[in-house]
Amino acid sequence: MTQPETPILELRGVTKSFLGVTAVSNLTLAVRPGRVLCLLGENGAGKSTVIKMLTGVERPSSGEMLIDGTVSTFESPRDARDRGIATVYQEVGTLPLMSVARNFVLAAEPQKGRGLFRRLDLEAAGRMAVERLKELGISRVTDGGQLVGTLSGGERQALAIARALHFGARLLVLDEPTAALGVRESATVLRLIERVRDSGVAVVFITHNAYHAHSVGDDFVILRRGETLDAFQRGDKQVGKIIELMAGGAELQSLLSQSEKHAMGR
Amino acid sequence: MANTQTQQTGSSGVWRRLLHRPEAGGAISALLVFAFFAILAGHNGFLSLLGTAYWLDTASELGIIAIPVGMLMIGGEFDLSVGAVVGATSMIVAICSGSYGLPGWLGFTLAALFGGGVGLANGLIVVRTRLPSFIVTLSTMLMVTGSILGVSIALTGSSSISAIPNDFLGVLVAYKWHEFHVSILYWVLFGAAAIYVMERTSFGNWVYATGGNVLTARLAGVPTDRVKVILFILSSLGAVMVGTIETYNFQNGSITLGAQYVFSGIAACVIGGVLLTGGYGSLLGTAFGATTYGIVSLGVFFLGWNADLTELFIGMLLLLAVITNNRLRLMAMGR
Repeated sequence: MTQPETPILELRGVTKSFLGVTAVSNLTLAVRPGRVLCLLGENGAGKSTVIKMLTGVERPSSGEMLIDGTVSTFESPRDARDRGIATVYQEVGTLPLMSVARNFVLAAEPQKGRGLFRRLDLEAAGRMAVERLKELGISRVTDGGQLVGTLSGGERQALAIARALHFGARLLVLDEPTAALGVRESATVLRLIERVRDSGVAVVFITHNAYHAHSVGDDFVILRRGETLDAFQRGDKQVGKIIELMAGGAELQSLLSQSEKHAMGR
Repeated sequence: MANTQTQQTGSSGVWRRLLHRPEAGGAISALLVFAFFAILAGHNGFLSLLGTAYWLDTASELGIIAIPVGMLMIGGEFDLSVGAVVGATSMIVAICSGSYGLPGWLGFTLAALFGGGVGLANGLIVVRTRLPSFIVTLSTMLMVTGSILGVSIALTGSSSISAIPNDFLGVLVAYKWHEFHVSILYWVLFGAAAIYVMERTSFGNWVYATGGNVLTARLAGVPTDRVKVILFILSSLGAVMVGTIETYNFQNGSITLGAQYVFSGIAACVIGGVLLTGGYGSLLGTAFGATTYGIVSLGVFFLGWNADLTELFIGMLLLLAVITNNRLRLMAMGR
């Protein structure tokens, strides 16, 4: 990593305010292929505003945004999606009462047959879904006809990610993917992030869990009340230091590390 | 429970798979009420050719209404205005051909335009305002009934028009072979087409997704508003079809003709396994639901019981269906 690749997305001194209230101020970050950028911060730190700018929902009030190295902005969320930026939401990423295959191909269904007999190719959809999941290390799902509601939380995330990658995503924005998951499920998702990163895709990992960030992150940006508290690279800082930065208090750090150590279980 | 499950092999595995299908509840209820009335009313003519024709006729008319209503419910919305559109269609067709002597197809075309317009309005209001379709279609139901009644009184001085001349359209929609109405054929044809659309086309996939979670569907790229508007239009057009069929069958145009369909359409769908909150169900199940309804109403009739008991039966079945559907769905989810 001596000569890093051109970032897919870059923010330079970006500020975003709503009706005069500054949500994010003077933010600089770069998302590169094959790297995980962790965006850390407690509630209200400005993480969701950053997501909205990265995915074309909002535009910066001031500062520069670079897409593939050239100054530019997204016209709309659709524009961002067409340029390979995909957001994966934990809560609304998949439909539990539909099959794995139908979820995987939703809104881009493969067809077979001609004219009046043009119809869904559910076999192909199922095959693609199972294959893609296997690439992400999920081998328990072998039947495309299985209802998504029967999958675990981690497997559902994998399905949503597999879907995004299949339809050409090169930058994934993962919004709190481990927030509502247990320890084992979180580990599944963290392994997913590593796999995706290793395949050369850029990942923006939004979380308030310093341990999760520390275990997979390459670049780190810590936000607090819209300000960039710190930005650093893998190995620069220890977990405890990150937590302290995020929470901004030593007492809270000791509380957090107790419970977090317990939760990690190893 | 766990013990019996581990011991299941072969044929019982097939049964489990069948039970996991969304239409399982509907199929079981249709079989149960059929067996019930076959035993109790079999010798009263329930099992005769005539008896079979009667319940199939009833089931087919409700069934045609219930196909698009079921699609709409799977898509996550209700339509309470279908009954009013049946009545409005009846009046439009009757006024055109009965009062003014115009050709039947003209009345049908006008009714289809009117019904399509009501569906379009329902759909646009629901997707623009994001209000619950329950309340939106309740409003349009009242407006449709009120306005057609007003027009009818103004034009003909009456709210009921008889003496519909039997023309080509009449033959097309009210043809009978013994007592088997041609509506049974339409039910099967429309039903098969709709099942194909729902299970084997992208549009069907979008309907399920829209009803499952409208936000998820939209984020995935499904044009959810367009899906809903189309479903509302189809729902109204189903009502236009049945309104026309019934007007020619009864040789009478009446604004109250479709009143019973307001809730029986929804009941048929739910008995057939369609989830009230949308996103799950099947049109084959809806057909079983309509069949159940037909069997019960004619079974009660053949037993010589008071016709009101039909409602009691359907009410009980509906409650039972909602309870068991929930169980079956959780089973399908492996819980």
